[in-house]
Amino acid sequence: MSSPAPKSPDQSDKSKKYDRQLRLWGDHGQKLLESSKICLINATALGTEILKSLVLPGIGAFTIVDGDKVSEEDIGSNFFLDEAHIGMSRAQAATECLLELNPDVRGDYIDDSPDHVMSQTQDFFSSFNVVIATALPEKVVMPLSRQLWAAGIPLLVCRSIGFLGYVRLQIKEHTVIEAHPDNESPDLRLDQPWEALRTHLNQIDVSTLGTKERSHVPALTVLYYYLQRFKEKHNGSLPKARVEKDELRDMIRSSLPGDCDMLEESYEQAVKLVNVCVHATQVPSYIRTLLDDEKCTNLTVESPSFWVICAALREMVQSEGVLPVRGSLPDMAADTSSFIALQQLYIKQAQNQAESVYRRAMQISRTLGQSPDVKLFCKHASELYVLRGNCISDEYQNSCPNVSLHLEDPESLMFYYVILRGLERFISEYNTYPGQFDDQVEPDVLKLKTLIGKLLTEWGCPAAVISDDRVHEVCRYGGAELHSVSAVLAGCTAHEVIKLITHQYKPINNTFIYDAITSTSATFVL
Amino acid sequence: MSENQEVSQNRWGHLRKVLERPGPFSHPEFEPSSDILDFIMSTCKVLVIGAGGLGCELIKDLALMGFKQLHVIDMDIIELSNLNRQFLFRHKDIGLSKAEVAAAFINKKVKGCQVTPHYCKIQDYDETFYKQFHIVVCGLDSIVARRWINGMLISLLNYEDNALDQTSIIPMIDGGTEGFKGHARVILPGISACIDCTLDLYPPQVTYPLCTIANTPRLPEHCIEYVKIIQWPKENPWGIAIDGDDPQHITWIYEKSLERALQFNITGVTYRLVQGVVKNIIPAVASTNAVIAAVCATEVFKLATSCCVPLNNYLVFNDVDGIYTYTFESEKKDNCLACSLIPQNLPVEDPSKMKLKDLIELFCESTSYQMKSPGLTTYINGKNKTLYISTIKSIEERTRENLTKSLIELGLQNGSEILVTDLTSPNTLTVRLKFVNNHIET
Ligand SMILES: [Zn+2]
Repeated sequence: MSSPAPKSPDQSDKSKKYDRQLRLWGDHGQKLLESSKICLINATALGTEILKSLVLPGIGAFTIVDGDKVSEEDIGSNFFLDEAHIGMSRAQAATECLLELNPDVRGDYIDDSPDHVMSQTQDFFSSFNVVIATALPEKVVMPLSRQLWAAGIPLLVCRSIGFLGYVRLQIKEHTVIEAHPDNESPDLRLDQPWEALRTHLNQIDVSTLGTKERSHVPALTVLYYYLQRFKEKHNGSLPKARVEKDELRDMIRSSLPGDCDMLEESYEQAVKLVNVCVHATQVPSYIRTLLDDEKCTNLTVESPSFWVICAALREMVQSEGVLPVRGSLPDMAADTSSFIALQQLYIKQAQNQAESVYRRAMQISRTLGQSPDVKLFCKHASELYVLRGNCISDEYQNSCPNVSLHLEDPESLMFYYVILRGLERFISEYNTYPGQFDDQVEPDVLKLKTLIGKLLTEWGCPAAVISDDRVHEVCRYGGAELHSVSAVLAGCTAHEVIKLITHQYKPINNTFIYDAITSTSATFVL
Repeated sequence: MSENQEVSQNRWGHLRKVLERPGPFSHPEFEPSSDILDFIMSTCKVLVIGAGGLGCELIKDLALMGFKQLHVIDMDIIELSNLNRQFLFRHKDIGLSKAEVAAAFINKKVKGCQVTPHYCKIQDYDETFYKQFHIVVCGLDSIVARRWINGMLISLLNYEDNALDQTSIIPMIDGGTEGFKGHARVILPGISACIDCTLDLYPPQVTYPLCTIANTPRLPEHCIEYVKIIQWPKENPWGIAIDGDDPQHITWIYEKSLERALQFNITGVTYRLVQGVVKNIIPAVASTNAVIAAVCATEVFKLATSCCVPLNNYLVFNDVDGIYTYTFESEKKDNCLACSLIPQNLPVEDPSKMKLKDLIELFCESTSYQMKSPGLTTYINGKNKTLYISTIKSIEERTRENLTKSLIELGLQNGSEILVTDLTSPNTLTVRLKFVNNHIET
């Protein structure tokens, strides 16, 4: 039995304030968040809204780099700037207002352009955990992306224009232990119970139980019993096809005396469990791939603990053929003691296996120290995830093989990716947004179309695929930033930052396009 | 042009570009003009329901999309656990009205914006209040409140010769979040699917069978529910109902739950879990609220300006694994309780066996009714007869004996109409009994 928790634990103000989010990413996720340092380039409406959703949940610190002064248009779209700020450093004004949101967060600013900062202080941007850039021209994105790629620091490049939005994540390698999958099926190992579980389940002859005892027996025990009978009938093989599973279900149902409603619950549950619980336990192929990853098989002294534990897990899988059991039992109709006894078996086995993985990890690397992660790691062994991205600079310089494929679908949001790339070229070439001035909308449409045509030719796509309507729409915006569209993108981007910092939940891979005209979105790997 | 006007022209330059220029994807009725910005700034009245996680975002989003005539209604006060996402509130505001603090903050921060706060329940106002608005947008966490405002907006519809008067429609935008998931939807009352049309989208709240809680607890939640439902009323430590916001109450439940868990060898009772179960806490985070509120605000902007075609009509959002959105058209239900003009027929198998309490249970449990505490009246021989009303003590005592009477014993007949009132709607629902085996009719 675990030691009793302290009586009436005093909840700190902090845990009260963050209660609603601690229920999502836990105290361990919060700890990582609170020690993180985030950099925002350009305090646009999009940029400050991103920081808002990071300052509120309590990141450690942020720095805003922005050489612009607050303009009248800024105050129309940016909640953190008002009339009194006009003409002031945008970085400073935004920093001061954002800090009011949460006294636990530190923040500072640099009133200087990001390209100047980059040239003055080498590796300045590499000192952060995540760098976010908004409305940053392509010619600055390129060197920044190369620098952060080399340093292994994640970079998010975002753009909000009119009803359109773009978020691109650049990350070399990102590992996730807790992916929090939505519909996880239970991990019960009925096909190959370990000895203690087998002994326990075999003790109970379900068919001879009296009425009362039967109402106490857990659904899992019922299921296991009839699964054994099924296997005896079928040369030891599990039910696989639908008809076989139906047969097993019928075996369970027909064992019930027809006159008794009271018993049905655990038997009915056993019938329902057939589909999710009766299958051969396997190591999922994506986990096999991960365990065969070079990072796992060729450890170095610098290997992060994720890969050291993976290597230990690999050894265990090689010797036992399966992943550690998750160690949780879904609730099912049963009396308390039968359920708890069964549950304890799963918990104990998970503990034993985690200890074994920990011992192997210690043998592999003494420097692992008292890493507390191994238990968590084993519990989530079937959701481990590695994301490997590519450098934005490479994407922008190379032809994009994926683009033309998507352009075959006339509804694909890839069209907007192409147009937004054209827009970046336009900004580089003409130093304004297409359609920025009322009398230039039509000429800008032609200029933008020409630039998009060139891009498509570079990528080997037919230029005609981009409809004039879409180009017109982007020129209509004239660089306008609509607050509510930026706020959608900002919420999404802030959440991606939280994923990167906590190593929980899977981030986007790698380009997210949002179209507020139709309220649709898409993610592309570029 | 005065200097001030010039500032304002530049200040709203972003909005003016999309409102004063034609666009290929705008609504067919869209005519670009500076009048549109004038309309949303001086005429268009928007009601924001809820000043919580979504509400704070909504007011801010709308204020920066040019809306100046905003109202916000919320009956709650600010708590410490709101501060991780409800960004218009500070530590010093704890205990004050959410609506009032939010309105004051925006009015100070966004020059020219006039947010009117209403520190009360939505049920405290009647149709004269609600019909002043052009658009209603909801950031609520309660289905009952959503259904009530939905019913209110439907009751404001005018039908002339069975044709809906388009000018009586007040569009309702509804947002909701839970952790990293959320939805946003556009409802045109009388035209597109309403809240009650899609009641089956809201899963019933998890409840545990009483016998499990009392006799065979297996989960820490079972232990907590036991203390909440059985032990508290019995021992009643403070002589009052449980207050989920009183740390003494939570601590008492925590300690008793822990005792019970120890007794049954159940692990996992924590203070946080106790709070979660007692208060039915839904996890919430700033980022998801920001996304859903902003989607809703964008739809308000589209509806008010026609600069784009509005969402048709339901968006689901999930950013657990990457960022996922899905947009679909939820369907209007032909026999919807709230928005169809069709009388509700209720088939009754055996009116001599069906007791009044069975009927009430049906109104509460059935997915298409999902009522909370329905009050039932009827007409027998032209005279009004109260069958059962639980919400008024004296009437409850007087009508309690009806619960165990059958429909026949109560004098109801095939075709009898029952008038049902409930928290879920401001309107009275008429249900006509249809005796399936009509031979018993008297
Ligand atoms: Zn309806």
